[in-house]
Amino acid sequence: MATATIAGADVTVDEEGFMTEFSEWSEDIGSALAGQIGIDLSDAHWKVLNFVREDFQAQGETPTLRRVSKVGGVPTKELFQLFPKKPAKKMSYIAGVPKPHGCV
Amino acid sequence: MIPNFDDDDTDRKICFIASKGTLDMVYPSLIMANAALGEGIETHIFFTFWGMDIITKELSEDLQFTWMGNTAMHPPGKKMHMPQGMAGLPGMTKVATKMMKKQIADLDVPEVPEMVQMIADAGGQLWACKMSADMMGLEMDDFVEGVQDIISATDFIELSEGAQVIFT
Repeated sequence: MATATIAGADVTVDEEGFMTEFSEWSEDIGSALAGQIGIDLSDAHWKVLNFVREDFQAQGETPTLRRVSKVGGVPTKELFQLFPKKPAKKMSYIAGVPKPHGCV
Repeated sequence: MIPNFDDDDTDRKICFIASKGTLDMVYPSLIMANAALGEGIETHIFFTFWGMDIITKELSEDLQFTWMGNTAMHPPGKKMHMPQGMAGLPGMTKVATKMMKKQIADLDVPEVPEMVQMIADAGGQLWACKMSADMMGLEMDDFVEGVQDIISATDFIELSEGAQVIFT
């Protein structure tokens, strides 16, 4: 585990740069993380990110894309538009949660 | 430290050939295609022969499973093999299909029609085989949403140039 300074705060990250401590995250950090991978956060992004964080807290694991679309109510197509190419990884990176482990 | 999302420098491309229509054999290509799309990889599925059932409106939600001819069949988590003769008993395919569908649902994996829709929504390109369509008397109207076209073997060979091709 390493420490990175993001939006002026010290956060713990894994070897890939994903945050590992759920509680160290803030909206400012989320915006900064998004900026680092070229995403400018809109309300539509926040809807997804808030769902990912709430669901992670409730379920103890990162929701898969299917869960974000089924339960979170954001269609798959839109997820690919908001977080291009690798939506599952990008949304978890920005939301400060681990990558999803499920196959679907 | 920023994860390497490799947005622009991947030219990886994967083509699956889905040739089977038994419930247990349609999932491999669908699951892997979905995973490939989630990694930002250009993904195609070419449906041929019994694999056409996966994209045929009337059939896609009613794919069946039998262990007839599958000597590896054992009940979930048990080290005993199911007698082959039992697979042929009337109604056994229905029972086996129901059991497998339940196990798949328990893992929160969608049924086939939803899985195909998900793949199309994620940008997967779905193609129907011309020879199979001709044999089965199928036209574009018979296929689920998301199927782009009916193409020939030659068309598929052209579109899969430079791709990793996986036959299932």
